[in-house]
Amino acid sequence: MKLLTLNFLTCARKTCKSLPAAFPLHPKDAELEVVETDFNAPFLRNILGRLEWDALKTLCMELGLPNLPPSAPEPEALLEPGAEMAELELERELEPTQTARDLHNLLLETGIKEGKLVCGNCGHEYAVKEGIANFLLPSHLV
Amino acid sequence: MSRPEDTLPPDLFYNDTESRKYTTSSRIRHIQATMTNRALELLDLRSPSLVLDVGCGSGLSGEILSSISPSEGGPHTWIGLDISASMLGVALEKDVDGDLFLADAGQGVPFRPGTFDAAISISAVQWLCNAESSEETAQGRLGRFFNGLYASLRRGGRAVCQFYPKNDDQKRMISSSAIRAGFGAGLLEDDPGTKSAKVYLVLTVGGGDLSG
Ligand SMILES: [Zn+2]
Repeated sequence: MKLLTLNFLTCARKTCKSLPAAFPLHPKDAELEVVETDFNAPFLRNILGRLEWDALKTLCMELGLPNLPPSAPEPEALLEPGAEMAELELERELEPTQTARDLHNLLLETGIKEGKLVCGNCGHEYAVKEGIANFLLPSHLV
Repeated sequence: MSRPEDTLPPDLFYNDTESRKYTTSSRIRHIQATMTNRALELLDLRSPSLVLDVGCGSGLSGEILSSISPSEGGPHTWIGLDISASMLGVALEKDVDGDLFLADAGQGVPFRPGTFDAAISISAVQWLCNAESSEETAQGRLGRFFNGLYASLRRGGRAVCQFYPKNDDQKRMISSSAIRAGFGAGLLEDDPGTKSAKVYLVLTVGGGDLSG
């Protein structure tokens, strides 16, 4: 499971879903994997404004990954300096900045292969096996 | 490898096993791909998007989402939910690009508000009408799914659900459940009245622009 996905995932229990403590889920005994994937600048720009940066910082800390800057990069920081907005159409030919590359690597190439995800509100543990999380709830928890 | 037509006459070659193999590997795949492409046409995604695939199965639709070229507004990043561990196992073997969840959409959609640009569902939503225990009703399962889906889409987002309704009542029950969750909804039927009729529930979330 990509770290990108974890930035959107909440506890599945109805009683938790809207509570702040149910997001983000906390990894436990996590084994990470890195899977290379094509850089997609328009996707990164699309998703940037939807990230919960503080949750991402917490996640990196909990996984022992390098600290993130205090706030999310501006969309302009994903392109080489001097690139005009008019050049966006051609951006696939532009070199991504180091910021963009780092973000791509963190969100889309780094993932949880094995482990558990724990809800900070109810304590429910969701197992992750071979990258697939089990979110099936026993009926009394639905 | 020898070609079948070189080894046996067709009526002997296409026994049950071979026919089944043919059906699963080729015909079903083809129908599934056709419906995914139709759903994508209705979603009208113009730039690389985050897409939820409800009932992703072995990842046939996901593979299409991942392979859309930049000139056609792709590729898209997707997250798939499926209730069948064995189907997800096939997806895993194929090494699909999307993230997979073993999950029951009838229990809800466990993502924070405004996560997805769009959602797609091929041949899955009718399963939500099968209430599995005395504590669950089809209405309850449909309600949890559509409420969760509505919240998880961004404003201006869209969802297209192709499904096989058992009858007109079920078609109505499914669409009214979506409307109750807040969606703008329309039913589109391709080849109506024929054996290959396909029903698409096209859902929109108001309050934003579609171009994003
Ligand atoms: Zn919880």
